[in-house]
Amino acid sequence: MPLLDVRELSVVFQRKGTKPFTAVDRVSFAVEPGETVGLVGESGCGKSVTSLAIMGLLPRRGNKVTGEVRFEDTDLLKLRPQDLRDRRGRDIGMIFQDPLSSLNPVIPLGLQVAEVLERHQGKTRQAALREARGLLDAVGIPDPARRLKEFPHQLSGGMRQRALIAIALACKPRLLIADEPTTALDVTVQAQILALLKELVDQSGTALVMITHDLGVVAGLCDTVNVLYAGRVVERAGRHALFGDPRHPYTHGLLQSVPRLDADRGGRLHQIRGSVNDNIPWSEGCAFAPRCDRVVDDCIGETVPLEPTSRGGALRCTNPVPQEVPA
Amino acid sequence: MSGAGGITTLADHKRRRIDELTARTSEGGGVSLIRDAGRRLLRNPTAIVGAAIILLFLIIAIFAPLVAPHDPVQRFPELTRDLTVDSVPGASAGHPLGSDPLGRDFASRMIYGARQTLFVGVLATLIGLLFGVLLGAIAGAAGGWVDVLIMRVTDVMLALPSLLLAITLVALARESTQWTVIIAVAVVNVPIFARLLRGSMLAQRESDHVLAARALGVRRRDIVLRHMLPNSLTAVIVQATLTFAVAILDAAALSFLGLGDPDINRAEWGLMLGVDGVRYLEVRPELAYFPALAIILVALGFTLLGESMREALDPKNRR
Repeated sequence: MPLLDVRELSVVFQRKGTKPFTAVDRVSFAVEPGETVGLVGESGCGKSVTSLAIMGLLPRRGNKVTGEVRFEDTDLLKLRPQDLRDRRGRDIGMIFQDPLSSLNPVIPLGLQVAEVLERHQGKTRQAALREARGLLDAVGIPDPARRLKEFPHQLSGGMRQRALIAIALACKPRLLIADEPTTALDVTVQAQILALLKELVDQSGTALVMITHDLGVVAGLCDTVNVLYAGRVVERAGRHALFGDPRHPYTHGLLQSVPRLDADRGGRLHQIRGSVNDNIPWSEGCAFAPRCDRVVDDCIGETVPLEPTSRGGALRCTNPVPQEVPA
Repeated sequence: MSGAGGITTLADHKRRRIDELTARTSEGGGVSLIRDAGRRLLRNPTAIVGAAIILLFLIIAIFAPLVAPHDPVQRFPELTRDLTVDSVPGASAGHPLGSDPLGRDFASRMIYGARQTLFVGVLATLIGLLFGVLLGAIAGAAGGWVDVLIMRVTDVMLALPSLLLAITLVALARESTQWTVIIAVAVVNVPIFARLLRGSMLAQRESDHVLAARALGVRRRDIVLRHMLPNSLTAVIVQATLTFAVAILDAAALSFLGLGDPDINRAEWGLMLGVDGVRYLEVRPELAYFPALAIILVALGFTLLGESMREALDPKNRR
């Protein structure tokens, strides 16, 4: 049984006087215990909204969340706010994009780590601070005793993200949601943070939902990848299958767009033409159709369903990129 | 200057700078926002001048009995021989500033006046701050109709000029004491603090670190008290320092208008200025000059300090 089972999750934003906007459209995916699942897509495809909806962190007003988010038999969407609050941080941890703004600037780091331990494990301040020291040590922050007393602005970007990871993993959650955890960091630090995340989730058996637009991150970390486009899953596949043999033209285009060192120097970088603004509503066909190189008449007119594929994934395309013939 | 010499000094300079930085970082422990701001304040001449003025008046106020040559209510009959307009006595032996029309030592009254003026100003500001922060925090944290209600009330209060509102409040009281003045001035400042704090609280509510705290399951109460409030207070602290000046001016204005404490024995700069200062302006202008100057100086001191605190606490100036 999956640890997290998201079924038909939809988030519709609506304000008085405006047209409702469907940010997440019947997204389903599952995360097995200890598994690492990637949610990939460009800006505005609904990655972050999906994660916030799972955590119940969307604003109370102005949106409508439907579907099911089953976490070990409980539907998180149906929990009372106070019960959900008890689970956040304890059963499900979360890491955000910008490590500086995610830390409270006026509180020393130690107290911020201790806070979650006090909250969920009923530890005293003293005991929590003692444990915080060990946690900082575990995420590779040097001289943790000193860092405990320091404030976020005194730490480097990498150290801040390490601290956030320490906080998120403090209560040994079974699921960790990382929303673009490396986007705000230097490339060299990115690699360190990813290695650390991988090591920690492997060690503790924590399942990880990795939200990113960085295909390199996905390639290094994820077991299964869900590619999102305009609020829907367009392709789901195992890491190797997805990178070796992308079927959806969007996935294919994304992979083609990654700059390569061994590419022809004179050649132009590949790009997916158009922008998200060119999307057509899903109800009128494939949202990606206006930008797609492989568009055929069937793509426009009626909704394209998400169909299971022979390799255990799923695909939403009428004219997929042909499968590579094994050499 | 030779090139080699230049390079050496530059290298020396760099080395010194590095040593300095290492020394600073190895101090250990955190540099809190407050300590950091304090350090920047100490380097700012404006802040020093402001603080020096306030400190001076504070010392005078606290040690008034030791500093003042006479009891402020004691009348010296030899100085009050004739209470006609043109015969208020000037400086004489033992009375450096002469006396007021009732024959009381003017210098002593000025000194005790510092006590009264600072007391009223500081207390009015603190009371205003307390209720303003309370209301602002409630409005900002609760949102919804509570927020709307509190904000509309503050709107109404802010719609009136502050002095007019204070006068109205004093007029509503059955009898005027120093407490009616304090409360009137405090109430006038409540909406300013409340709005300011609410604004920062709203900004904090949308901030990433509050979202992160919510993602950790932190309780609402702790989010408000630990994450939103402490991050919202800087603007209010600065405003409070500036409000000391305004409160002192408002209290003085109320006394000047005769709406303060009617006790003639109480030495209060606004009252001294408003009654004797105005009446004897042509023959003994110092009866007006000294209280007016004192009020302006104290207000200036608080304003200078407040402005430099605004600079020091500005997160953009942090390193």
